[in-house]
Amino acid sequence: MTELTDLTVAAIRTGVAQGDFTAREVAEAFNANVAAAQDALNAFIVATPEQALAAAERVDAARAAGQPLGKLAGVPIGMKDLFATFDVQTTAASHILEGFRPQYESTVSQKLWDAGAGMLGKLNLDQFAMGSSNETSHFGNVVSPWRRAGDTARLAPGGSSGGSSAAVSARLCPAATGTDTGGSIRQPAAFTGITGIKPTYGRCSRWGIVAFASSLDQAGPMARDVTDCAIMLEAMAGFDPKDSTSLDLPVPEWEAGLNADLSGKVVGIPREYRMDGMDTDVVKSWDDGIAWLRDAGASVVDVSLPHTQYALPAYYIIAPAEASSNLARYDGVRYGLRDLPEGANLQDMYAATRAAGFGDEVKRRILIGTYVLSAGFYDAYYTQAQKVRTLISHDFKSAFSQCDVILAPTTPTAAFALGEKSGDPLEMYLNDVFSVPASLAGLPAMSVPAGLNREGLPLGLQLIGKAFDEQGVLNAGLAIEQRAGFTAKPERWW
Amino acid sequence: MSNYRIHGATGEWEVVIGLEVHAQVTSNAKLFSGASTEFGAEPNAQVSLVDAAMPGMLPVPNRECIRQAVRTGMAINAQINKWSRFDRKNYFYADLPQGYQISQLYHPLVGEGSIEVTLDEKDPEGSTKTIGIERIHVEQDAGKLMHDQHPTMSYVDLNRSGVALMEIVSRPDMRSPAEAGAYVRKLRTILRYVGSCDGNMEEGSMRADVNVSVRKPGEPFGTRTETKNVNSVRFVMQTIEYEANRQVDVLESGGAIVQETRLFDPDSGTTRSMRSKEDAHDYRYFPDPDLLPLELDDAFLEECRASLPELPDAKRHRYENALGLSAYNAGVLTAEVETARWFEALLAASAKAQDKPESEVAKAAANWLMSELLGALNKLGKNLENSPVSPDAGGELLALVGKGTISGSIAKQVLEKMLETGDGATAIVEREGLKQESDSGAIEAAVAKILADNADKVEQYKAGKEALFGFFVGQTMKAMQGKANPQLVNEILKAKLG
Repeated sequence: MTELTDLTVAAIRTGVAQGDFTAREVAEAFNANVAAAQDALNAFIVATPEQALAAAERVDAARAAGQPLGKLAGVPIGMKDLFATFDVQTTAASHILEGFRPQYESTVSQKLWDAGAGMLGKLNLDQFAMGSSNETSHFGNVVSPWRRAGDTARLAPGGSSGGSSAAVSARLCPAATGTDTGGSIRQPAAFTGITGIKPTYGRCSRWGIVAFASSLDQAGPMARDVTDCAIMLEAMAGFDPKDSTSLDLPVPEWEAGLNADLSGKVVGIPREYRMDGMDTDVVKSWDDGIAWLRDAGASVVDVSLPHTQYALPAYYIIAPAEASSNLARYDGVRYGLRDLPEGANLQDMYAATRAAGFGDEVKRRILIGTYVLSAGFYDAYYTQAQKVRTLISHDFKSAFSQCDVILAPTTPTAAFALGEKSGDPLEMYLNDVFSVPASLAGLPAMSVPAGLNREGLPLGLQLIGKAFDEQGVLNAGLAIEQRAGFTAKPERWW
Repeated sequence: MSNYRIHGATGEWEVVIGLEVHAQVTSNAKLFSGASTEFGAEPNAQVSLVDAAMPGMLPVPNRECIRQAVRTGMAINAQINKWSRFDRKNYFYADLPQGYQISQLYHPLVGEGSIEVTLDEKDPEGSTKTIGIERIHVEQDAGKLMHDQHPTMSYVDLNRSGVALMEIVSRPDMRSPAEAGAYVRKLRTILRYVGSCDGNMEEGSMRADVNVSVRKPGEPFGTRTETKNVNSVRFVMQTIEYEANRQVDVLESGGAIVQETRLFDPDSGTTRSMRSKEDAHDYRYFPDPDLLPLELDDAFLEECRASLPELPDAKRHRYENALGLSAYNAGVLTAEVETARWFEALLAASAKAQDKPESEVAKAAANWLMSELLGALNKLGKNLENSPVSPDAGGELLALVGKGTISGSIAKQVLEKMLETGDGATAIVEREGLKQESDSGAIEAAVAKILADNADKVEQYKAGKEALFGFFVGQTMKAMQGKANPQLVNEILKAKLG
């Protein structure tokens, strides 16, 4: 028999509903995997096995009483530690919030609990979601469960949702939440051979999610397949009057709408994403993807996104600018770390607290953001970047007049080793080159596993859709999933 | 026009003044959170998660605050911007939990408008001046630091954090402390009429940043200083006077004015430097990415417009033109919205009780309110708001006079009894037997006796000393214990005296 921890969200839900196993058995199995992997993978900052069990028991009791079950009844999940969870430490992987226990629950996590999910723990991430390798976490980096063939080098699980990607791919949880600001769901999903979708900006409420860059931050699910992502996203999405940027639209029935028949659909291939010196395995997986989508009935056209090359620089102005302001609240006055040296005044307290509380990457981005917003530089940087952002949105609008969905690689390479890029921030930022444009345009985008490279590491393909067309993205993803036949999973070495 | 000048050693100097008035928007909840805004609560009792800037909290604009600011803009005939946007003003301070204030720099809610001020309230016929208003924007207030609660630490009270303010920015159109004072008073009157701010300067609901510069008449603007958070009309005027004289002294002794932020010290009536331009914050304004642009539709604007009350200038004109009040009375009665409300209720009650149009009884009502009631209340240390006599009760009293049931002088006595006992005018008149005598027979008898007793004066009167008529009236009234109908007394006396 398949182990419970190998089951998908859909299978767990069905099994619990049918009485094949109890929710408690599922929670126990995942709790055990979480505990066993913690030392090696460091995917969780805090494990909450008792919460997972309590939620499972509620589901089992509800089932026994014949009550209707939620869409995620009996499914234990991992919660990225960027989501505020009631009375459970919420840190954004920073020292400055270490020990902080919110007396409130984020809208997205509350929706998941309301749907019957339980929490296995708070997942590690890059500090304040700033990073692509998980190496900026104050609580030590997550280690990918994947290894190159014949090599024991520790690999990056991607970032910032690296705890989420590692945990899902290592079967520590069937699904997890992620957040994506410039690729933080898609890149780690690609690095670990799982599926992750960033919905249209505004689909998921940002209320209760520690902010990185407000105009870009968007929550989304990470799971093993497209169906599970659809199920999770349906539970997470929805208008929230507490978030002014939340979309006031009904949540479509994405799961029920899944359909891998792409007859009549047009897939756009952005020519600017084909770059010189591109990894040949990545190019091959992209070509495979094109063939699969054709096979699913779609026609394929070349499209142009002419301002692609300006996306990354614009992103690395806008996101730090917003972050520099969003992170001003961590000042040692009301919560979190306070470093008050002997005889210190208010300014000294700010300096000491923030010097001790933020990691290097966070400080770097605060400095960049402060610089680009300062008098005399604002127009040259921030205003200019906003213009680029508008042009990138126009690029997509015009491309989508010719196609329904865009196919591109998720990342320029497969996972790199820990330490390989952490010394060079610019090289690290280049990892986001394919994911950032959709973030700037607020479009739904997902990564699905496409296969393994020559080193045995997963590669992801990215699907970018029109605003509000998560269904089109999910359907194209499903068509790839069905043809890619991706069944690889990391050999358990931990 | 103001001829206010500073007489310096080198000649006359003109003062140029612009005011940024911060007015707390009347609303039950804060600008971006549901927390209460009531004054005087325990420290930190009115703080939501948003106000405390907890991680992941988001602002949601309070419709009522926006509505009040729009209505205020309409009341000063300003352009209302259907598209506006919130910006973040970034700086660190312990009373500012977010590390930024949400304000509007680039695209304010309200654009150009103006108000007309009367320079001397006592002389409504006197000169008026139009003061331009550049903009009104909406922003969050900060919290408050308390430095006297602990020997080495300061405490933070966030009750005010996030409270909605309107920043009303004038043009540098004022030229004297008196003009600035008149402007603040008029602005306060308008805000209170509109109901968008209670104008309570003592509680900090309204405060002004005072921009002052000096120049020789006809020269370009000089360098200005900005004195922050001045919280009374008198202090605004003192600030200007002190600053203008200080600047003239600096300039005449060969110095230069530094563009700086200053603080007013109410105890000494002076200002002192807080920080210079070099130390000024770089606020790094940028559009708040947590908020969408504010877009107002026509229905919303229409509702705002329809809900505006009659404004002070319009009311004053109506009092003069439709009710026939003097300019002075109209000015006094409309200066405070409460007074106008009280007057209108009194007028309605009086007209109804006499079954007459308001225009016929308005003068009597205005005179009684201003010369009788306010004086009597003042003696008791009371005002209209806590007056023991209601407008309806006042109307009842006025009707007794109007119908000739009692005389004006008896009405004074009745008012005193009303204030004393809280009883109605009719009941007091009945009980005390104060009803006016309109029986001409009784008056004729009294007159006959008086004329007989004062035959010498009758002679003198007939010889041309007509001023004695008053003497006969007084004697008659005295004989009738003040209750005789004065008109009848006049008529009968005239007839008898030939």
